[in-house]
Amino acid sequence: MMENVVIRTVSRLAVPFIQIFALYVIVHGASGAGGGFQGGVVFAASFILMIIAFGMANVRRRIDNRGIMWLSVIGIATYAGIGFLALLMAGNFLEYAAIEAALGIPHLHGILIDLVEAGIGIAVMASMVSIIYDIAGNGEESS
Amino acid sequence: MIWALDFALLLFMILCAIAAITVKDLLHATIILAAYSLIMTVLWAEMNAVDVAFTEATVGAGITTVLFIAAIARTRRSSSD
Repeated sequence: MMENVVIRTVSRLAVPFIQIFALYVIVHGASGAGGGFQGGVVFAASFILMIIAFGMANVRRRIDNRGIMWLSVIGIATYAGIGFLALLMAGNFLEYAAIEAALGIPHLHGILIDLVEAGIGIAVMASMVSIIYDIAGNGEESS
Repeated sequence: MIWALDFALLLFMILCAIAAITVKDLLHATIILAAYSLIMTVLWAEMNAVDVAFTEATVGAGITTVLFIAAIARTRRSSSD
């Protein structure tokens, strides 16, 4: 598979567009179809395409297990941090209006929604890539 | 909601579901399951459930197929029963 120039060229062209589309889905999720979960899955699909085209070792060199772990932690921490920030500002969990009222910045809830969606997307992407590593890999560097 | 299109899609979906559990080759079953998921996506979108359609398209037709194919590559391809 590694020497197939058609697959490699098409993947090299398609992967940036897939990732841009994933970011669009994540950011656009507040006002239309899509959201953090779908965008994260689409982002993970671009990594699956890279694994198919360039091999598992090449992709593992870009994101290793430590990077996957940190991305999961950052995603969950963003989501939970904003949620508990709302609790701290005397609101319910993920009640953006409480943070907006406490800080006094207008239209802050849109930015907070985007941040939460980005956190969900990062966590979902890292988890999906981790599952693919564990199932499709041949067992090396499994920690 | 177009009556004839709905009927054709549901019929084809049921055919795909039956074929996926009766076919012997597991790789064929995985591809038929992806086709089932694609028809389900069109049905969800037709019922104005765009978010569910999006999730079905990405997870059902994308990730699940790759995971099944990776699992088949680790085990035997044909079922014994």
